[in-house]
Amino acid sequence: MRWLLLKDLQILRRSPLQAALLILYPVLIAVLVGFAISRSPEKPRVAFLNEVPSGARVNVGGQKLPALNVEGRICRRVECVKVKDREEAEAEVSSGSVLAALILPANLVDKINSLSTLTPGTPKVEVMVNEEDPVRAELVNDRITTLLAQANLAVARRIAGEGSRYLDLLINGGQFEVIGQSIQILGLRATAQILEALQPALPAGSLRNSLREVTGFAQQARDNLDVAGPLIDRVAQPIQVEKQVVSGSAPPLEIFAIAVAATLTLAFVTVLLVAGSLALEREENAFPRLTRGLVSPLALLGEKVLLGVAVGLVVTLLMLAGLQIFVPLDWGRFGLWLLAIVAGGAALAAAGAALGAIAREVRAVSLLAFMVTLPVAFLSLVPSGAVGSGLSEAIDVVTALFPFKPALEAMTAALDSAGPSIGGPLLHLAILIVAYGLVARLGLRRFATV
Amino acid sequence: MPRVDVALEVQGIVKRFGDREALRGVSFAAAPGEQVAVIGPNGAGKTTLLSILAGIARPDEGEVRQPNGGEVGWVPQQAALYRRLSVAENLLLFARLEGHEDPRASTEQMLELCGLGERRDEIVARLSGGNQQRINIAIGLLSRPVVLLLDEPSVGLDPRQRARLWEFVSALADNGTTVIFSTHDIQEAERYGQRLLVLADGESLFDGSADALREAVRREAPEAADRDFETAFVAYLHHRGH
Repeated sequence: MRWLLLKDLQILRRSPLQAALLILYPVLIAVLVGFAISRSPEKPRVAFLNEVPSGARVNVGGQKLPALNVEGRICRRVECVKVKDREEAEAEVSSGSVLAALILPANLVDKINSLSTLTPGTPKVEVMVNEEDPVRAELVNDRITTLLAQANLAVARRIAGEGSRYLDLLINGGQFEVIGQSIQILGLRATAQILEALQPALPAGSLRNSLREVTGFAQQARDNLDVAGPLIDRVAQPIQVEKQVVSGSAPPLEIFAIAVAATLTLAFVTVLLVAGSLALEREENAFPRLTRGLVSPLALLGEKVLLGVAVGLVVTLLMLAGLQIFVPLDWGRFGLWLLAIVAGGAALAAAGAALGAIAREVRAVSLLAFMVTLPVAFLSLVPSGAVGSGLSEAIDVVTALFPFKPALEAMTAALDSAGPSIGGPLLHLAILIVAYGLVARLGLRRFATV
Repeated sequence: MPRVDVALEVQGIVKRFGDREALRGVSFAAAPGEQVAVIGPNGAGKTTLLSILAGIARPDEGEVRQPNGGEVGWVPQQAALYRRLSVAENLLLFARLEGHEDPRASTEQMLELCGLGERRDEIVARLSGGNQQRINIAIGLLSRPVVLLLDEPSVGLDPRQRARLWEFVSALADNGTTVIFSTHDIQEAERYGQRLLVLADGESLFDGSADALREAVRREAPEAADRDFETAFVAYLHHRGH
């Protein structure tokens, strides 16, 4: 077996393109993933035109609220490209230099203020988007919708806050500024106390009874309005989220990204290499010569799996070492990494051997390996619950039949110290190694057909 | 007691692929150092017969025996070697797989035998078809066979390469190796086959020397007896209903 392994490595060395790809591919993936997970997401560039007069304020009950600083809030979340007018905003969007343009029209504050009048208007902001690219358009829509929801929430909170303040003034009394003059408000609490104190001074009779009723009303109003304050605060954000994790412990995003990158690399290298190498034995007409007593078909399969695991191990470790530049990895778990790579690599190599034995021709094998590996890898990354239950179950079955998902789970468990046990994925991989080994062995029967 | 005059004996070989019978009770024997040519039209069963003799395919009926034992070397029609390895690397690999005690010495011996010592480090893919076939045969000889099976060894070779190939094969036969080869080239079979085995539709029509075949033509198709060997052979097949 060792001589066949040596032969395959010699052939690999003789194919400069293949050898270069095996080195460049993991390095490239490592750099891409490293950059992706070590840099915070870029803020989208948005052209921003604020036509609202600088002194405009939202009024509540004739009182101007403090400035909301909408521009500041927006520009913290997106990269604002200030523009002079609408034409410039439109030109920026058309050229694609910004994802969208956001325009706060001059009458925005007036329209907001009209909400508390008898003739309410509809406050609007204007958004210009370039929808040539549906993905970017969706991104912009999501981001603008979020920004507007946050702006609405900020306004609602301010209004609710002011409402609560006026309610407190009504209950407890205090100073109130109106048209530049300070007015002392008595408040329901003090009113009730005064009225209560006046009662003994009145003669018994209807007038005294009426005063008692008014005093009672003032006390009831004070007590009930005390409850109204927190209620107004709640109106601004009536529903809040309380998150409770009931199953699964999601690994940190960067660990999951590294596990995905490592497993993808391992999958493509092993499946393509083993499937191609086995098909090459037939294409070179060497298979019948080898199996005439020199090597058993099972030993040949074992050699191919060993080749896939050896090359996959080197390439995946190379990639992890490259990622270390961007993200610190726990090298204390190196033993588990090896276990995950070897088990995942062996199962993927066995699947590659089965594909190679079935497809038989190198070109057909390469195509088949891509056609199987890529969609299965994609499906393995679809979170459960992201699709309907029927489709989710179908995806679970498909991904359980191919070694990518258990290999990914093993890799994640090996990389994440707080993650789940590696035992389950390893058992799954062991079953797949045996199953694909049998398929490959059966496929080799047709290999010998003259 | 083994028969020392027989290196390989075939008795009543039948091979079926589904409903089709590729070989129908073929029998023959070959002596040590004898060169046997298996000839016949396309689909006659030549490659199937050699595959059974090589042990790659199993017969449905009949048996293949080697009274004196020994290895059977097989050289498939398409060169079975690794084109991205060098000449020496190919020979060394198969010498190792054959379990030779000194595989490097065996490699040197085969390089000398096939006359490619000076091109030992060349990648096989860069060699001509003739030279690739010589390595193909040399690999077949690494098992030190007493019987060498060659499936259409001269296909794709130019006349000069063919001449060198047959010179090489004849030298092996002179040293006692039984050579059984299939070919489409009737002139080649007449020249290099000491015995001809004629197959048609899986049936053995004739087993004997080229001269005996011409005599058979003279009896069964006298109008073609004095024509060239290929024309006489075609007339013989035609007369036999093929």
